[in-house]
Amino acid sequence: MTPKICSNSSPRSLKRKRSLKRVRLRRLIALIRKESLQIIRDPSSILISVVLPLILLFLYGFGVSLDLNHLRLGIVMEDSSPEARSLIESFTNSSYFDVKIARDRREFVDDITSGRLRGFVVIPSYFSQFRHRKSVSAPIQVIADASETNTASFVQNYAQGAYSNWLQQQVASEGLKGMPLVTAQTRYWYNEELESRLFLIPGSLAIIMTLIGTLLTALVVAREWERGTMEALMSTPIGIFEIILGKLIPYFILAMISMTICMVIAVVFYEIPFRGSYWVLAIVTSVFLFCALNIGLLISTVSRNQFVASQISLVVGFLPSYMLSGFLFEIASMPLPIQLFTYIIPARYFVQSLQTLFLVGNVWELLIKNTLYMLLLGSLLLIVIARKTVKRLD
Amino acid sequence: MLYRILTLIRKEILQVLRDPKTRVSIIVPPILQLFIFAFAATLDVKNIPIGILNWDAGEQSIELLQRIRGAPVFSKITYLSSQQEIAPFIDNQRGAVVVFIDAQFSRKLNAGEEVDIQIILDGRKSNSAQIIAGYLQQIISQYNRDFSKSIGLKQQNTVIVPRNWYNPNLLYYWYNIPSLVVILTLVVGLNITSLSVARERELGTFDQLLVSPLIPFEILLGKMIPGIIIGVLEGCLIVTIGVLVFGVPFTGSLLLLLASLFVFICSIVGIGLFISSLAKTQQQAILGTFVFLTPAILLSGYATPVENMPNWLQPASSLIPVTYMLIISKGIFLKAMPASIVLHNIWPMALIAAFTLPATMFFFRKRLG
Repeated sequence: MTPKICSNSSPRSLKRKRSLKRVRLRRLIALIRKESLQIIRDPSSILISVVLPLILLFLYGFGVSLDLNHLRLGIVMEDSSPEARSLIESFTNSSYFDVKIARDRREFVDDITSGRLRGFVVIPSYFSQFRHRKSVSAPIQVIADASETNTASFVQNYAQGAYSNWLQQQVASEGLKGMPLVTAQTRYWYNEELESRLFLIPGSLAIIMTLIGTLLTALVVAREWERGTMEALMSTPIGIFEIILGKLIPYFILAMISMTICMVIAVVFYEIPFRGSYWVLAIVTSVFLFCALNIGLLISTVSRNQFVASQISLVVGFLPSYMLSGFLFEIASMPLPIQLFTYIIPARYFVQSLQTLFLVGNVWELLIKNTLYMLLLGSLLLIVIARKTVKRLD
Repeated sequence: MLYRILTLIRKEILQVLRDPKTRVSIIVPPILQLFIFAFAATLDVKNIPIGILNWDAGEQSIELLQRIRGAPVFSKITYLSSQQEIAPFIDNQRGAVVVFIDAQFSRKLNAGEEVDIQIILDGRKSNSAQIIAGYLQQIISQYNRDFSKSIGLKQQNTVIVPRNWYNPNLLYYWYNIPSLVVILTLVVGLNITSLSVARERELGTFDQLLVSPLIPFEILLGKMIPGIIIGVLEGCLIVTIGVLVFGVPFTGSLLLLLASLFVFICSIVGIGLFISSLAKTQQQAILGTFVFLTPAILLSGYATPVENMPNWLQPASSLIPVTYMLIISKGIFLKAMPASIVLHNIWPMALIAAFTLPATMFFFRKRLG
């Protein structure tokens, strides 16, 4: 890189400038070629970019699910009046529960401790008696095993649902005019069936891309430092930006190929609806990869050692993209300092964009905002990398 | 023979403790993760921004909305003015839910008629959406009860009494920390053992071990025992922090937890050495560890419960020692789990260890030969 040339404008120097440009382009292409050959010849890069995404997509597609369809619930029937029976029926008819019935609550204590049951409902012996008294109301106890905290809130919610159904039936059959006066009509937009897969798989694409962009790049470039071939590259007349570009472009292409494979599997095999446009998806993915690749490069430049690079990329790249991106855990529920921290995690913007592109469509305001944030983060990273690497040359 | 193994163990432990990078990597990331994940990995639903579209001017809707506003789960309230605003509000995730009250709400209620209110939720977050719907449902039921009492309607004399055992306030970190004891111990134990042989092989010092009078079995033991010691210590450290710093109740027997932790780590160390004996380089060992760790964590019931998985996949989780250790750890922390149930979960881990350790031995020998 020789900036002096620019100030000169004689025809000769113009010609030189043009030829220099050509040389630069050739150098860049040669670098890209070298890097691509390295990728193709190294089995571990293929493993990370093709086999690992397939494994992860499989695991996220089947292994991770928030849909509780078979909650194991016990019912203690201390009262066997017709009312109590009809209430129990509304539980056994619900597709959410696998119900086990007992006469005594002590029978269930062991099941709860060992996790065989997630909760149980107690219909006390005085249930039907109390129902017809004015002064007291008949209690239905719902006991959930809260050591599985999320499951416990679903036990309570679904029990409430089964109870409301029963109430409505009672109102109809006994001709009671009364509760419930206000009924909530709940509608779940974009995911009527409430399948968690529909948002988990798009979100998992962000994790897979982080893995390829960050872990793979970090490992491979760190290896180059470790073996000393990076210094060899630096001693050539190639400029620092050319080296960075020469590294970024092949891995960018590799990641895009991997993304395409994942998309095909998500849409064809898992039948996740894709309501946005593929062009927008390509742009958003490119911008995200720009960030992820830069993080990988930065890690390798700082660590220069494969073991350390892999540990840092897991802690800095993979885990935040899994835990702090809103992929599985709600960001709004985290404590404020952690919430603020999520703003510098590119995966946060990518997860939201992916879920929206898949389930909603092109929501321009949200997509453009997220893309701009990622662009900003990526550019900042690029500046840091250029500085770091230049310093090392001195 | 005992002396030889002891010296090898001593050498291994010193190697881990003296190398600053390894020393840092077994202490700092686990503790950091413990603190961040204990709070971040939450399926709790809090601070929900909510949108309200109210066409009704009567006092009934105002009363109901006041109750919704007063609920601690909802934080930022946006008032929408037309139905057209609902879609962009949800699409851009400015809020997770919109409550829409019709113009006839108060009039119908006062006339004693049934009345619907619309609740529109963002299905992109179906888990949170369902929990939010549950909260709203509770508010509405309470409102119904109070309203019908106030106008003297005949009451349905039944009431749901919810009780949450072992964790009455549904604190998510009470669930998280016992699980993290298992997960972080797993990660550290696996990292140490899976890299141990691969690193020596890459550095060439493994050949030196081979020419020493140690037989393969002793080398294996010497590699295994430090992993077990460090793993158990790591587990104890996290249990201590969980109880003393986070205040998670510890209701069961410490001795039982230690015993289970020991069996668990034995099974993990076996897997780690197995990966290590297959790997030629450190990079391969790192990848191998990652390929084992991801399914081991995702299918164990840590991220989401095992019973949510499709039936054909559920048997896979019973092959993973993490599944059993998670049950034991949560049980001993929160449920005062009795020895009989703990033992019931220990033996599958022991079985896995009894399989992986000899298998490792076999591969180890083979690679040496």
